[in-house]
Amino acid sequence: MSKPSDLVQGTLDMLVLKILALEPLNGWAISQRLKQISSDVLGVSDGSLYPALHKLERRGWIHAQWKASENNRRAKFYSLTRLGRKQLEKETANWNRVSAAISGIVQLDEV
Amino acid sequence: MDIEQWLYSLPLRLRGFFIPNQVDREMKEELREHLEQQINENMAKGMAPEEARRSAVLAIGGMAQIEQQCREARGRSVLHDFIQDLHYGCRQLRRSPGFSALAVLCLTLGIGANAAVFSWLEGVLFRPYPAVAHQERLFAVAGTVQGESRPDLLSWPDFVDLRSGCTLCEDAFVTSITGSTLNIGDHAEVTTGSVVSANYFDALGVHPILGRAFKPDEDVGNGSHPVVVISYQMWRDRFNGDPQIIGKTQRFNNVRHTIIGVAPEGFYGTFVGRVMQFWVPASMAEIFRGGGRKLEDRSARWIESYVRLKPGVSRAQAQQQISAMAARLQTTYPATNRGRGIAIWPLWQTPFNHARTMGPTLEVMAVVVAFVLLIACANVSNLLLVRSFVRRHEMSVRLAIGATRGRLLRQLLTEGLILSALGTAGGFFMAYGCRHLLGVLLPEGREMYLPGRIDGHVMALSAGLSLVVMLIMGLVPGLQTRHLDLAGQLKAESGGTVVVRSRGRIRSGLVIFQVCLSFILLVGAALLLESLQKIRTTSPGFSTTSVDMTGVSLVAAGYDVPRARKFQDELIDRLSALPGIQSAAFAAVTPLGYFDFSSTPIAVDGYQPSADEQPEVQYNQVSPGYLATMGIPLLSGREFTRGDDENAALVAIVNRTMMMRYWRGQDPIGRRLQVKGRWARVVGVAADSKYESMRETTKPFFYVPLRQDFVVEPDLNIRTTQPLQSTLAAVLREVHALDQDLPLYEMITLQEQVDRANSSQVVAVTLVSTLGGLALLLSAVGLYGVMSYAVAQSSRELGLRMALGAGADDLLRLVISRGLRLTAGGVLFGTVAALALTRLLGQLLYGVSPHDPLVFGSALAVMTITAISACLLPAWRASRTDPARVLRA
Repeated sequence: MSKPSDLVQGTLDMLVLKILALEPLNGWAISQRLKQISSDVLGVSDGSLYPALHKLERRGWIHAQWKASENNRRAKFYSLTRLGRKQLEKETANWNRVSAAISGIVQLDEV
Repeated sequence: MDIEQWLYSLPLRLRGFFIPNQVDREMKEELREHLEQQINENMAKGMAPEEARRSAVLAIGGMAQIEQQCREARGRSVLHDFIQDLHYGCRQLRRSPGFSALAVLCLTLGIGANAAVFSWLEGVLFRPYPAVAHQERLFAVAGTVQGESRPDLLSWPDFVDLRSGCTLCEDAFVTSITGSTLNIGDHAEVTTGSVVSANYFDALGVHPILGRAFKPDEDVGNGSHPVVVISYQMWRDRFNGDPQIIGKTQRFNNVRHTIIGVAPEGFYGTFVGRVMQFWVPASMAEIFRGGGRKLEDRSARWIESYVRLKPGVSRAQAQQQISAMAARLQTTYPATNRGRGIAIWPLWQTPFNHARTMGPTLEVMAVVVAFVLLIACANVSNLLLVRSFVRRHEMSVRLAIGATRGRLLRQLLTEGLILSALGTAGGFFMAYGCRHLLGVLLPEGREMYLPGRIDGHVMALSAGLSLVVMLIMGLVPGLQTRHLDLAGQLKAESGGTVVVRSRGRIRSGLVIFQVCLSFILLVGAALLLESLQKIRTTSPGFSTTSVDMTGVSLVAAGYDVPRARKFQDELIDRLSALPGIQSAAFAAVTPLGYFDFSSTPIAVDGYQPSADEQPEVQYNQVSPGYLATMGIPLLSGREFTRGDDENAALVAIVNRTMMMRYWRGQDPIGRRLQVKGRWARVVGVAADSKYESMRETTKPFFYVPLRQDFVVEPDLNIRTTQPLQSTLAAVLREVHALDQDLPLYEMITLQEQVDRANSSQVVAVTLVSTLGGLALLLSAVGLYGVMSYAVAQSSRELGLRMALGAGADDLLRLVISRGLRLTAGGVLFGTVAALALTRLLGQLLYGVSPHDPLVFGSALAVMTITAISACLLPAWRASRTDPARVLRA
């Protein structure tokens, strides 16, 4: 397993927050959702998801709760907190600014 | 981390701390759940179960690493680490009990000595009056006399003016120590109490648990308010805790007093060194102190007083206002107040009571114990250094498997914390055990009450100290980990050819530091000892052997002046007629006692004082034959006779210093001297002697006949060849022959009187020598440790030297000379420091220069002998080195 680079790590946090903003999910579901959305471009291994979840939980951005999953097994469900929502807004705005700037540079006409 | 975030994560942290296992279990369960799902999915894709599992594990990538990463992501609590360190540290210390015991013992001695001295400072100087609130705003008030360094007491009228004029003071009150015979049933004994102003209890904020305090008008009118507040102790012990005590009467000094109140438990009055048993209002001063017109007489200075400043008022502001008032008193009452001021002191500088005698000693002690603590710390650091060498392999392994240096440092600091916590606990026990030591060390110990006080301040200060100690002790070996060479250490296994060079330097430095500090203490102790020796061998100027002193309680028995005169003459006649008694005489004050001599402005025919000089000299009222009884030589002229009475012309005897100063060495006999505004003729010159302290320098002094300046209850001095007990019996017999009811005060020899005057010196010498000895012992242990270690480390070198022909003697000399080199370094620094520091002993020194070469020499000798003894055992071991064995090894 390769450790995601810093850029991807920061992005991973944002993606997880975004996914959880839609609905509370357990770890497995989050990993499936990640694969669907990013079509494996980001190369997030399943393993690196969990430390990220625990870190986000410790920061108070997401909240964990043990509940029965759809197939009636006990699973840990994560949901976004108020703090997490604010963080997501901040990171989204940040991302938009940076990506706009970068795409501006990349699209400059070469002479 | 902002507050909201902290609040969100708090439950997680608490869970992580209190139920770490469950948290871990849940984390594993979550990962397992993921794995199961993946396996299910893989099997749904058509994989065989075995392959489905393998592929799922690969996808998640190393279960153990993920678990570890999750744990790190959750963060480990610092507290959790700390508890782990604590466990580990305790285990480590248990594994080497010898080291631990020695280290804790050193720290207990160091911290205990400090805590004890802090508790004395607190209990005697800073907060001496338990049960009294806001002691930091209490200030002692005393009079000052121009040209004299020693403060005087105040008169009642001056105090009344001060109280009404001081707007910056919340309150001002008077207290004056007194004694009384107390008869309850057939049991009589002397108790100590205070004559106080009526506002005393209110000003202190102390409220009687039974009855009431004094009313405002109860300190007005001579003898008109025979009321008393008794102490809790007296109420409980003498009156069996009688709940109906209020309103009952009790005779104090033969005057029936109504008991109006019982003071609360734990209130001992306001006199450092004594426990007060009763309080009477100032209107009763005459009954307890005698001397006449105490409340109206502005020249009768008998009160000790205190002010409580209003909150926020500084000492300087209050002093300014009080000085202005004193200046007004000078112009309004020039006859009594010329050249006199009024000053206030913080409690710890109180110029009267035992704060005055113990203050300088305790100040020196505070410095001395700080030294002892530093020496103890150096010792423990040394021990830790040795141990850190022993543990270097353990440290290397821990570094190798991923501990950070910060984590190692934290572990070492925790071990230091355990040691210093144990030392502090031991120290508190030691301080608690020593809390009454000061009183015990004083010769008159039984009566003294000088308790240490272990309160929040003392605890906080000691805890702060131990924290510093912990840092020092943990950091020294901690810094050593910087020098750990990982690869080298692990390769070398525990065989130990890798010697970290700087370690030796640090240890030698610590020993030099210890020797330096103990040398300073040695010099200090030697100087104090030398001073005490000088004081003991200096003659006070009067005989100390073969003179006894006592007093007859005439004031309490209600004697007036004519009756007292008659009684005194008859008693002297009777005593002089006894075979064993050579002579007997009265004196208002006996030298070197607690009571000060009166002083008076004087004028001398032919002596022109300079513009701002107001000559004022102390004097004593004595009966005929006083100089002969005391053994003070009469240089010229005559002693007083029975003829020098109240009807005869006024006469005086001056001492030699007074003759030299005011008559410029010419014979003053027949010349005139003005005392209290009246002219007296000088009839004799007495030799100089000590008057108030053995450490005082010669000063002018004169005597007047007791009959011409009468005191009802003077001291009685008796010159005799008989032992004290038979003299006491004889005097009692003669006194009772004159008046059956008269009690006698304690009888002591003048030697005892002198010993009591020197008591603070004795305390200082005892404490400083004890601690100096302790410091010496600790340093010797330190030196021994360093030398033993050096010998053990260099056994190869020693063996080589032997193999090349060095004898056992050479090796012995080699080791001892190395030890002496370290000692010499310490002594060198110590000498420089001691030369600068011994001046601080200041007024505790007598007849010896703070730079006395003999003292420094003997301290050096003691230090050298100690150093050689400390090196002997290691040196002997070195000389027994077996070259064949160590070289083969």
